[in-house]
Amino acid sequence: MPLAQTATTVPVTVNADLCIADKGCTVCVDVCPLDVLRIAETEDGSKTAYMKYDECWYCMPCEADCPTGAVTVNLPYLLK
Amino acid sequence: MDEILDGLTQIDCDILVIGGGTAGPMAALKAKKKNPKANVVLLDKANVKRSGAISMGMDGLNNSVIPGYATPEQYTKEITVANDGICDQAAIYRYASECYGIIQELDDFGIRFQKDQNGEYDVKKVHHIGTYVLPMPNGDTVKKALYRQLRKARINIVNRYMATRLLTGEGRIAGAVCVNTRTAEFLVVRAKAVIMGLGAAGRLGLPTSGYLYGTYENASNSGEGYAMAYHAGAGLANLECYQINPLIKDYNGPACAYVAGPMGGYTANAQGERFIECDYWSGQMMQEFYDELQGGKGPVYLKLNHLAEETISEIERVLHIVERPTRGHFHKGRGTDYRKQMIEMHISEIGFCSGHSASGVFVDEHARTTIPGLYAAGDMANVPHNYMLGAFTNGAFAGLDAADFIADVDFAAYDEAEVEAERARVLAPTKRDDGIPPNQIEYKTRRLVNDYLQPPKVTAKMELAQQRFEEVREDMEQGMYVRDSHELMRALEASSILDCAEMAASASLYRTESRWGLYHNRVEYDRDDENWFCHTILTKGDDGKPAHRKQEVKPYIVEIAEDEKDAYNNQRVGASVAAE
Repeated sequence: MPLAQTATTVPVTVNADLCIADKGCTVCVDVCPLDVLRIAETEDGSKTAYMKYDECWYCMPCEADCPTGAVTVNLPYLLK
Repeated sequence: MDEILDGLTQIDCDILVIGGGTAGPMAALKAKKKNPKANVVLLDKANVKRSGAISMGMDGLNNSVIPGYATPEQYTKEITVANDGICDQAAIYRYASECYGIIQELDDFGIRFQKDQNGEYDVKKVHHIGTYVLPMPNGDTVKKALYRQLRKARINIVNRYMATRLLTGEGRIAGAVCVNTRTAEFLVVRAKAVIMGLGAAGRLGLPTSGYLYGTYENASNSGEGYAMAYHAGAGLANLECYQINPLIKDYNGPACAYVAGPMGGYTANAQGERFIECDYWSGQMMQEFYDELQGGKGPVYLKLNHLAEETISEIERVLHIVERPTRGHFHKGRGTDYRKQMIEMHISEIGFCSGHSASGVFVDEHARTTIPGLYAAGDMANVPHNYMLGAFTNGAFAGLDAADFIADVDFAAYDEAEVEAERARVLAPTKRDDGIPPNQIEYKTRRLVNDYLQPPKVTAKMELAQQRFEEVREDMEQGMYVRDSHELMRALEASSILDCAEMAASASLYRTESRWGLYHNRVEYDRDDENWFCHTILTKGDDGKPAHRKQEVKPYIVEIAEDEKDAYNNQRVGASVAAE
């Protein structure tokens, strides 16, 4: 499969210490209009939300609706 | 996660509403209220809680017709003139007559509107003639308030399903084919009526930042409504009347002159001088904006730094909380302080959006399209300049009419082969081992849109665009490749975007005159009322390509005097005003 792996910095960051995906929370994933967030399992088995696809409208429901304030929406680098 | 599964389920409902943004929820609520026994399904490719153009909220109603401030006659006249005369006034007049009732309902939902000390609605003047702009200080609560109503009314909500094609039979609507955006499983919905509220074609042009999702419109509004209506055989009106908006450069969000204008802010050139009389968006205003940018007097700015501290604080409070709150982050990142600097503006990429212009699926004053049982409302339907309140109000009309329509009909029979053909089309990119990813198909399409379709429009450039689009289509149909169901959603969006790009070129070539200021500025042609005072209707031709016809503008309900017709053509500030 010749698809390239091109690095990109993503606008949405999640503070793993605050994220409660472990407890089954998927609020940020659910509310994203572009469906770009997912839950990842880290090496120690804990779960955290992360931005899987760099397809962000920087609209902010993920940040506004997060119950613990774990999510931050930055501007995509190309336009900030 | 996001793996591609094989599956097909069928469900039946009375009314299928596609799109859970603004028009869709109101349509569903109204239909259910009128006929509580009706099974109403509201479907969205995102999650209804936060989907659509007003995902984070809205800072105000831009077109409220409130007794004591404006009349339906005055509003109808204003929008007719602002849209260069090409509109069937019945839809605008009905909107203007009934939108006040919708405002009161929204108020009951808990969405508050700004009131003055006497408890009266605090309506502001932004348009050229009348007073229609009503601020929403808690506009960030709109979606949550709507969602509560949907739950209360027991509307069946289906999230993360993307409608890909409409089904028709017996000369009317029969349902829709949908695909799950997380699993690629199919859902065929049989419905007696279908209401489309799929928003603008907002991912048509490419923003100057080059970021595919840095669009003016919510980037999830990628034109599926236009594409599905086209493939189902519905008529689309005046697609050449593009949407182009003034915005904050790079951030690409609204500059919100409608908020800042009534508080003393204005659009200025590099010298800090006013050059347009009125900040209300029209093609004529955008032409002046474009001329200033191109004519050596740019950059163009939103000027607030002459205002008092308390005014600026109030503007910040509104603009940084509702509609596009990352705007505050953007300014902070660049060290822009409204008190000190002016805010650099630009013009947006092109799109289809009747919310601000007039390009859309053709509908009448009941939100009926040209296909019986199929309705459209909001940014994708052709009621001009209808903004958020238009989406709510016309959505309500669609829901009310659909509730009556289903009383007399059963499900229309459709050809099963259509479902199979659609499954094959949708899944084709999943059947390959290698190929072009959807983001490259999309980028190329949109880059070509900018190169060749952005006004001023030139015949030879638009014809080149058509050739290039055909090449991209060949690549897309023969070689697009996806690895998971999320990419499959993007592939389907790329297909809608390409359909819209082809329609934009074709519609623009058909109307051989200039109209709507910058929106349809064809440099080789002047305005031609004798031959082109009409709608253009685009349909899918027998050869599978866009076909065009003229359709008369229905006789006006509200007459426009000769000296009123040009109110929006004289936007440039005269020398004496500029010097003030």
